[in-house]
Amino acid sequence: MADVFMQSPEAAAKRIERAPLVTSNRSMAWITNHVASCTEKRAPLWWWIAFMLSASLATVSVLCIGYLISTGVGVWGLNHPVGWAWDITNFVFWIGIGHAGTLISAILFLTRQKWRTSINRAAEAMTLFAVVCAGIFPAVHVGRIWMVWFLAPVPNSNAIWQNFRSPLLWDVFAVSTYFTVSVLFWYTGLVPDLATLRDRAKTKLRRFFYGILALGWRGGNRQWKHYEMAYLILAGLSTPLVLSVHSVVSFDFATSVIPGWHTTIFPPYFVAGAIFGGFAMVLTIMLPARAIFGLHDLITDDHVDKMCKIILLTGSIVGYAYAMEFFIAWYGGNLFEQYAFINRATGPYWWAYWSMIFCNVVAPQLFWMRFFRRHVLWVFVVCMFVNAGMWFERFVIIVTSLHRDFLPSSWGMFYPTWVDIWTFVGTFGIFLSLFLVFIRWLPMICIFEVKAVLPEADPHHGDHDGHAAAPAAALKGGAH
Amino acid sequence: MESAGNPRAPIFAMAAEVPSATALYHAAEKVRDAGYSRWDVYSPFPIHGMDHAMGLKKSWLSALVFCGGLTGLTIAAILQFYPSSIEYPLIVAGKPTNFFTVPAFFPIMFELTVLLSAFTATFGMLALNGLPRWNHPIFNWDHFKKVTDDGFFLAIEATDPKFDEEATRAMLEGLGASNITVVHED
Repeated sequence: MADVFMQSPEAAAKRIERAPLVTSNRSMAWITNHVASCTEKRAPLWWWIAFMLSASLATVSVLCIGYLISTGVGVWGLNHPVGWAWDITNFVFWIGIGHAGTLISAILFLTRQKWRTSINRAAEAMTLFAVVCAGIFPAVHVGRIWMVWFLAPVPNSNAIWQNFRSPLLWDVFAVSTYFTVSVLFWYTGLVPDLATLRDRAKTKLRRFFYGILALGWRGGNRQWKHYEMAYLILAGLSTPLVLSVHSVVSFDFATSVIPGWHTTIFPPYFVAGAIFGGFAMVLTIMLPARAIFGLHDLITDDHVDKMCKIILLTGSIVGYAYAMEFFIAWYGGNLFEQYAFINRATGPYWWAYWSMIFCNVVAPQLFWMRFFRRHVLWVFVVCMFVNAGMWFERFVIIVTSLHRDFLPSSWGMFYPTWVDIWTFVGTFGIFLSLFLVFIRWLPMICIFEVKAVLPEADPHHGDHDGHAAAPAAALKGGAH
Repeated sequence: MESAGNPRAPIFAMAAEVPSATALYHAAEKVRDAGYSRWDVYSPFPIHGMDHAMGLKKSWLSALVFCGGLTGLTIAAILQFYPSSIEYPLIVAGKPTNFFTVPAFFPIMFELTVLLSAFTATFGMLALNGLPRWNHPIFNWDHFKKVTDDGFFLAIEATDPKFDEEATRAMLEGLGASNITVVHED
């Protein structure tokens, strides 16, 4: 310890100096060219194959939804006592995934985590596509979808008015606001990069298309001034918003009187789970994209490492919540609550419960070790476990709490039908198709923000003896 | 001297390029001190501290957004209180419908406040920036395309009271700027 204090300020500064956010000393032009060219080159063969597979899968989902709407919700396995099953499980699963993008763009922006710049664009896009998938389920589970406008407070002559004290209505507002604000945030972030694509455009069609989308952006500082303020405000608005959305989703359950749902821990527990599952999905799609497009200098191993740490942290919070639910069931002294939790772990759905524990609590523990955070294949495997585990979590919460009704004569089990299964599997097709379209047409890395974290973007770069000397000067108490 | 755009059209600005963000920052300080008022610096990304170097005040977008948020909050309050407590009270599970049920209205008040604030932030920013627009005279200069890649530019507009072709050109040369170009309107 002593020799740490004996070091010269220069050596100490070197010790605490951060790893560069963009490796291999890449120039601004390299970043522009490398990211923008992903959208300019001809679509590679793998893209067409991947797109055809995912679009086919998406079609399956659309057909299943068509069958559901034309026939009725009876084509799903829902029945008394399990009136909510895969539909709401899938909704919560997808909306949870849709939390990582805004968390990365908003909360990490406000906390000045500059490493977010190379992953926020793709994560935000992923958020939007996940929310699209999520929105399908509550919309179609109402059965008569042509009456879905009942969800909106529209003046009408049918004496229909919403109960504004109901968490289900709060949910409608929360999810639609979240989607809208996420689109605005994403698009605002895209404008300067769309201008880059416009200025690089070789064909008339691209010049027109990106010219319209870039809105005439010029990059003058008088524009950047308002732009940065807008971005800061959107980040400030999105931060409580992202925390509120899953809280409101959890109110759907927590405000009911069903044992296993009626708990105050739900909002923070759901939010932590959403971030946990969202980061796992970000890594699941970013690791292949990084490998395919050779973006290792922008999305470095440090980025992956940091995301793994967030998965470990939020996974531990989720594990704590699982334990605390059991503790409160015992400590609360409510027999129904106690039964619900014992049944969860040892009843007919024990396999789902223990799959959830293994995937969400046990598997991420590997991330305590640097080796597993740095080894892409291991990261990918753990993230797949987390993806599965977070689906099981929602299934466990929803189905195990419902399948044992208050009267034993009303007990039952839930069995999915093929429509349940293919509708859900098909949403992965919708999600991946949208993502594939996104990486073909829009820059998947925020070009201008990555340039802004380069050392030469600092207006005082080169003013001192050199950039490395600046932290040392600061340590000595010199003015920077 | 180089010229861009239609040479018979009036001059829009005298523009020039500098090699780096640092150079642009110092150039901006000098243009500010020279007393110019209608000018701008262009860069591929926002440069930290440039507002100060240009002598610009803080963006007042935040004031607009505050009004937007307040509008959202008011809409949510009226949307919920008026029908649910006065005009068409829905009695669910025998629970009261009076003013003291206000905590149940908070989530939607919050959501609509955020929603309208976000709309104001995005569209207010565009409005303050005069966007969207189809074209701009500065785009007449082909070399200016580099601004979204790795180019750093500054432009003194012809409407500036201190604008004078000779003097402005001399100042830009003194800043070490290259590619000094007179950009005409269309």
